[in-house]
Amino acid sequence: MGKCFWAFLFIAFGFAPSITAEHNPRTERISGSAGDVLEDDPVGRLKVYVYELPSKYNKKILQKDPRCLSHMFAAEIFMHRFLLSSAVRTLNPEEADWFYTPIYATCDLTPTGLPLPFKSPRMVRSAIQLISSSWPYWNRTEGADHFFVVPHDFGACFHYQEEKAIERGILPILQRATLVQTFGQRNHVCLKEGSITIPPYAPPQKMQARQIPPETPRSIFVYFRGLFYDVNNDPEGGYYARGARAAVWENFKNNLLFDISTEHPTTYYEDMQRAIFCLCPLGWAPWSPRLVEAVVFGCIPVIIADDIVLPFADAIPWEEIGVFVAEEDVPKLDTILTSIPPEVILRKQRLLANPSMKRAMLFPQPALPGDAFHQILNGLARKLPHQKSIYLKPGKKILNWTAGPVGDLKPW
Amino acid sequence: MKVSALQQSYLNRRSYSFRSSGPLDSSSDSAVKSPAAIFWLVLHGLCCLISLVLGFRFSRLVFFFLFSTSSTNFYASPFRSTAELANAFDVHSVLSTNSITNIELPLLNKTVANSRVVVGRHGIRIRPWPHPNPTEVIKAHRIIERVQKEQRLQFGVTDARTVIVITPTYARTFQALHLTGVMHSLMLVPYDLVWIVVEAGGVSNETASLIGKSGLKTIHVGFNQRMPNSWDERNKLESKMRIFALRIVREKKLDGIVMFADDSNMHSMELFDEIQNVKWFGAFSVGILANSINTDETADQKEEEETSRMPVQGPACDSSNMLAGWHTFNTLPFAGKIAVYIDDRVTVLPRKLEWSGFVLNSRLLWKDGGDKPEWIKDIDMLAGDIESPLGLVKDPSVVEPLGNCGRQVLLWWLRVEARADSKFPPRWIIDPPLEITVPSKRTPWPDAPPELPANEIPVMGIEEPIVKHSTKTRTSRSKRRS
Repeated sequence: MGKCFWAFLFIAFGFAPSITAEHNPRTERISGSAGDVLEDDPVGRLKVYVYELPSKYNKKILQKDPRCLSHMFAAEIFMHRFLLSSAVRTLNPEEADWFYTPIYATCDLTPTGLPLPFKSPRMVRSAIQLISSSWPYWNRTEGADHFFVVPHDFGACFHYQEEKAIERGILPILQRATLVQTFGQRNHVCLKEGSITIPPYAPPQKMQARQIPPETPRSIFVYFRGLFYDVNNDPEGGYYARGARAAVWENFKNNLLFDISTEHPTTYYEDMQRAIFCLCPLGWAPWSPRLVEAVVFGCIPVIIADDIVLPFADAIPWEEIGVFVAEEDVPKLDTILTSIPPEVILRKQRLLANPSMKRAMLFPQPALPGDAFHQILNGLARKLPHQKSIYLKPGKKILNWTAGPVGDLKPW
Repeated sequence: MKVSALQQSYLNRRSYSFRSSGPLDSSSDSAVKSPAAIFWLVLHGLCCLISLVLGFRFSRLVFFFLFSTSSTNFYASPFRSTAELANAFDVHSVLSTNSITNIELPLLNKTVANSRVVVGRHGIRIRPWPHPNPTEVIKAHRIIERVQKEQRLQFGVTDARTVIVITPTYARTFQALHLTGVMHSLMLVPYDLVWIVVEAGGVSNETASLIGKSGLKTIHVGFNQRMPNSWDERNKLESKMRIFALRIVREKKLDGIVMFADDSNMHSMELFDEIQNVKWFGAFSVGILANSINTDETADQKEEEETSRMPVQGPACDSSNMLAGWHTFNTLPFAGKIAVYIDDRVTVLPRKLEWSGFVLNSRLLWKDGGDKPEWIKDIDMLAGDIESPLGLVKDPSVVEPLGNCGRQVLLWWLRVEARADSKFPPRWIIDPPLEITVPSKRTPWPDAPPELPANEIPVMGIEEPIVKHSTKTRTSRSKRRS
């Protein structure tokens, strides 16, 4: 009787692996502490209070120019809308862990659609003056438990030219707040310690609408569409992208493996889905929506931007997913890419095929679990609980309200 | 010496701003400000003077480069951390050692491994030979193949069946043209393939040499009847030849999917993926490339059939994606202008339904195929010739529509033949080379100059004759009639 029992167990264990072995080899879960974090649910871990600002800071600006909803800085608007109806929102500011100021600082667009940052410092300043006088929570910590979404080129430095942005530095009154920004570069003035880097906004519906069947063979080796020389601002080259994009062009324009050009094809999204590598070089700023598009379309991003800090870098293991090439190694780009072993490439593609990766890069409306909004909240939740030292004694002031260029002090 | 006109004002401004805002440069030497500043100022003035003399911009960074003894790239000061970071990435680990050695060399020998386009603030790095390296191109293609193989494994057909292709052909002028096209399409098919080539008039060396180049598994058989000159007869003979090939499939008990690839048709690669979905007997849409001369009158008739002008033959489905009927070819617009003989210069029309639009499971042909459905007729029991494979089934409603229920056109049908009396060099090799070519007097080229010289063509192999487009060339050698 005992022998039968053991024999039965033995057979059962023999069959069990074969039954459970039917795992899908198409995607790979980003395992370990980095990847699991993507699926965290922030609801219940933090509470956010949304200040009620007059509509001249948000709604009126958007009404004046509805283009702000579709350009790559639209994250600030969608974050506001998400928070208004989110489960983490609380109407009782006493129990809030984080405070959000809905201000659309990047919505001042030129006729061609580029945002002008000249009024943004004054707007932010005026908003903060308002909240510090109407509510006590700003003065309590001088903004250390407040967060702002500043998706502009160089974040809270509020300028599109890097030199000027560096000169200005981060707006002095935001020195203690947490900044949620797209710009990220190590050892740079405009990236504060403790900031959360987010991906730029890319329209999710447009991208979903242009999906091609996944069995379409990937036949383009390297793909890139965009400027190599910015002839309007830097006709000689060497300034734009620190010369990296121009180097890509000069070295690989005759290389048939590199499908690179400055055209604007209508099949841009479809072409990305047929490519194995997509170049994501820096431009005037190191970040670009190409990273988001590459991740969504399963094309391995080749990041050419020295010292860049990629979105949600503490949650997404970018080195395992993308290929990093130093700007000085651009002339050897073809050697680098062809010497990657095929197993590594297949693994990267499997990681990219993971739907949680794609979701984490997008700002869908309405919000879905695991999307970029939730990753931002996860990031904020990971910074809790606040240290006791951020709470200042009443009347104590750390920030210098009159620092910065004189033009910033004008009222808005 | 490079850097003759390197404009470094950007970098200089940058280095100033590095010094003023500390966190930028990890290795900033802000402690030694004033002597360094004066030094740079003097150097700047010197450079300006030199520029005035030389006539182009000359930067103090040249001095920096000349006197620098560090082994790192001089642009690396704010970005030096990338070299250390690079070591952390396994992709870079192969390259980081290489990159450092490359940079050491130029500084030691004063020669440059990476030359720069001398414009702009940062140099634009160009390697001296910016052309693709063939070994790397091969590696890249291997990578692409591996990725596509993986894609096929994941998304493609799981259990792929062998494709059995039946092609009736005969040796003629355009055979090489047509057969090469089909052959290359078949060589690209990712599945196992057996190619049965039935040749009218017996096996010939022409055909054998053509299909031998494919590297595919071929069965080349001859059919001992010559191809007649009229389209009607030809179609009938081709049907016979195809049934002959089906008998071969039965004899050899080949297992797979039988498709009919006529040698002048054009196949899309998706066709081969789509036919893997067939269970027993399938049909798909075939686009007909008959040159429609009267497009104005026929436009409205064709509109209701297809949105495009090209007529399509194939299964027609109702709204529930079930087979409801057949789209066939409307021959009325072409009345009176239909080709009868093979080399007529008018439109060649297809029959009602072409063989090439059908595929069948080879087990249908087996004598005792086990679970054969009962609606299939046995080939040996066929009374006469059948015009299309529908003659093999008792009930045409069992046909499975393929290609998104006939909405996708996967094959294009075309019949183009040269004049019946046209001669062509066997195997399309002119051997021995022509010595004299003169224009044919019977078919002069319309806008050729009235007098054409007879040229001496050097002995070189295949040379383009001066007057082409006439199928007859009078040469001094007699050409073998093929």
